[in-house]
Amino acid sequence: MTDSTMTTRQKVEASMRRRRAAETRFRLYGMASVLFGLLCLVVLFGDIFSKGTSAFSQTVLTTTIEIDGDYLDITPDSSESDIMSANYDGLIKRHFKNDVQPKGRSEARSLFSLISSGAGWQIQSQVLEDPSIIGKTVTVDLLVDDDVDQWFKHEYGNDSGSVRLSEKQLEWITSWIDSDALKTQFNTTFFVNGDSREPELAGIRGAITGTLLTLLVTFLLSFPIGVAAAIYLEEFAPKNRLTEIVEININNLAAVPSITFGLLGLAIFINIFGVSRSTPLVGGLVLTLMTLPTIIISGRAAIKAVPPSIREAALGLGASKMQTVFHHVLPLAMPGMLTGTIIGMAQALGETAPLLMIGMIAFVVDVPGFINDPSTVLPVQIFLWSDSPERAFTERTSGAIMVLLGFLIIMNTAAVMLRRRLERRW
Amino acid sequence: MNYSTLLIALLIALGAAYFLGRNRARSLAGQGESMHSLPTHYGALTALWTTLPPLLILIMWVMLEPRIVDALLTMQLPEAIRTASEAEVRLALSKVHNIASDPSMMGQSELGSVAAHLVDLEQRAAILKGGVILSLILLGVAVTWRRIQPDLRARGEVERIVRVMLFSSSAIAVLTTLGILVSVLFEAVLFFQKVSPIEFLFGTTWSPQVALRADQSGSSGSFGAVPLFAGTLLISAIAMFIAVPVGLMAAIYLSEYATSRVRQLAKPALEVLAGIPTVVYGFFAALTVAPFIRGVGESVGLDVSSESALAAGLVMGIMIIPFVSSLSDDVINAVPQSLRDGSYGLGATRSETVRQVVIPAALPGIVGAVMLAVSRAIGETMIVAMAAGLAANLTANPLDSVTTVTVQIVTLLVGDQEFDSPKTLAAFALGLVLFIVTLVLNFVAIKIVQKYREQYD
Repeated sequence: MTDSTMTTRQKVEASMRRRRAAETRFRLYGMASVLFGLLCLVVLFGDIFSKGTSAFSQTVLTTTIEIDGDYLDITPDSSESDIMSANYDGLIKRHFKNDVQPKGRSEARSLFSLISSGAGWQIQSQVLEDPSIIGKTVTVDLLVDDDVDQWFKHEYGNDSGSVRLSEKQLEWITSWIDSDALKTQFNTTFFVNGDSREPELAGIRGAITGTLLTLLVTFLLSFPIGVAAAIYLEEFAPKNRLTEIVEININNLAAVPSITFGLLGLAIFINIFGVSRSTPLVGGLVLTLMTLPTIIISGRAAIKAVPPSIREAALGLGASKMQTVFHHVLPLAMPGMLTGTIIGMAQALGETAPLLMIGMIAFVVDVPGFINDPSTVLPVQIFLWSDSPERAFTERTSGAIMVLLGFLIIMNTAAVMLRRRLERRW
Repeated sequence: MNYSTLLIALLIALGAAYFLGRNRARSLAGQGESMHSLPTHYGALTALWTTLPPLLILIMWVMLEPRIVDALLTMQLPEAIRTASEAEVRLALSKVHNIASDPSMMGQSELGSVAAHLVDLEQRAAILKGGVILSLILLGVAVTWRRIQPDLRARGEVERIVRVMLFSSSAIAVLTTLGILVSVLFEAVLFFQKVSPIEFLFGTTWSPQVALRADQSGSSGSFGAVPLFAGTLLISAIAMFIAVPVGLMAAIYLSEYATSRVRQLAKPALEVLAGIPTVVYGFFAALTVAPFIRGVGESVGLDVSSESALAAGLVMGIMIIPFVSSLSDDVINAVPQSLRDGSYGLGATRSETVRQVVIPAALPGIVGAVMLAVSRAIGETMIVAMAAGLAANLTANPLDSVTTVTVQIVTLLVGDQEFDSPKTLAAFALGLVLFIVTLVLNFVAIKIVQKYREQYD
């Protein structure tokens, strides 16, 4: 087909077909990109949720056990320390030995390994709460070991045996299931315990408390400093070289890798100022420096949005510059500043890398009480657990991630709602 | 007195001083004097002079007390420890602190007497601290009280002080940058005294294990960082390979094609990806994506490492998509509508307009956005720390395991830190490189974006 055989109209129509096809392709690429992004989001959330929802239930073994005062060597009138130090583990072992009748030592050992090592504590705390049960027979829900928990929650009914449990162990478990003794209940341990080496005893309360304390320090420092810096840069700073440097600096700091803030915290706060490691205090200080740029930048945008007429009116009525800013501009800019602060705090909540540098990665069992107690935070707890090979820890990691995402969703919704409700257009 | 008590005392003083000053001004005004400023200004002035000096002293005290106490304790240590290495002195000091916090250990150690001395010192310091702070508070109230006279220009003074406070707040940002630079530089210089910068920047073997004793053989540690740089670049390249096309096309679609309804739903949904903590991405990469890629690789007969660069890069790319798309969205929206209208008027289709008019016009801004995204990919830590490996392989194969600068910083600094061993110091040298590279990238990118915005404003 040569040019001479085609009319102009045909040529245009041929090219139009090509161009329209290109148009559709381009449009599809765009749509595919958006869909790919959304798909990633769905897969990510789906993956976490499918792994993590089972973390909120825990298998327990219901059993009636005699709190034998003679064996434990305590009476209802014994002192608290005597009750604390009695041998509850032994009591539980004796109870199951009589109950199941294992043959020989190794079988007994494999029987005891089905029950969580925290079962003794459970009995102990019940006795401490109500010493009058000593000598009586009580019904308790004992935590089982994580291998049993995982098998019961995920593999029971699949006929697929188990890698971690022996034939004999499965036989005992099945007899418990047949007598309705084994059941799952809401996993309160996960929310009331600190970290532990045993998955069935590990909880996120310590990490959540640490996170809250760290964020408290961050908020108390970064909000006033950020607002003050935004006010200065927007309202008072002379337009000179120095101000320009400060501005460039803040924009750059907002994009510096968070891990360098950890290096700063380690070298300056810990090594030079001697703040103690792994505390919410030093964590809060590092996160303050990290969130400040976010707060300053959004604070400046909020101040900029206040129309100059308001300033002029105040100045015209005889207010000083300072009075104008603090009585008129700042209250009007506050919603925007608060929104920026919440977003900054949400960033700080999810931050992990700088906190690893300053020792918040330590294994902390106790729930921290104050800002200078050793503690860890939720994201670091997730990092620590994700390293553990036990399947129960993978499940708990996903559970902890769900809690973390829950907090983030709450904070971001709060920010959006605050912006919607208080936003003013002039 | 401990610090929280003192802080509460300061807060009470703040409130009390404010009311004292204000009431004094009011009573003067009630006597028929014509005051220069409003009563609240006198109150604020009293409050500031009452709390600021003790607060500053308190902050300095917090910084200096541990060092002075340690210096005093060092003199009390047994001769043998004091003359030994610095590390041993530090060890002994931390033992002393442990003993002092647990009185039952007091008698069990030869350091018991030093610990007793520490307890004594701490008690004396607490009394001294309380005394100094309280007297400063009282002095502040008394002096300002006397100064409150009709001709005292309280408002001007208050505003000057507040202005200084505002200025110092914004100076903190600059101090942070300086702090990062100084802390990283200082330790990096120490590192470069032990390892030559040439070896560090151009060496190709990285194995930071240093022999514990001098007579141990073998591992003397080598610090050639090229494999780390290569690994970082490989993972970042994979991430950008995902994030730039997807992010850019998503931005084009959302700003040029999508109806406002779709835009309102899809844009925030994509931005959720940016709000997810990196540790969650790391978990996803390590436990879902990496085994998946390994499985796919094995099914087609490829040997995939379980910590492949591909898994980390892929997930990092997903994380960066919203970053690229929202920045490009901004620059695409900044292109004036008149340019598009001109192109449509000449008969171009939408995609032709986008490709031949909008993108070229927005190119500097998009380049800036991509540079910011690269700097973010280079500095990203948690994804690679969880999904990428530790072995410093110099390879361009995305299915192999590589390690990155940030992973090594984390591994070197988590756990025992000895600030005299090149192993710990190497982390700071890596941090210096990371800081400089990202700073330059950000600086140039922000300049480009700003300049571009001005062009159409």
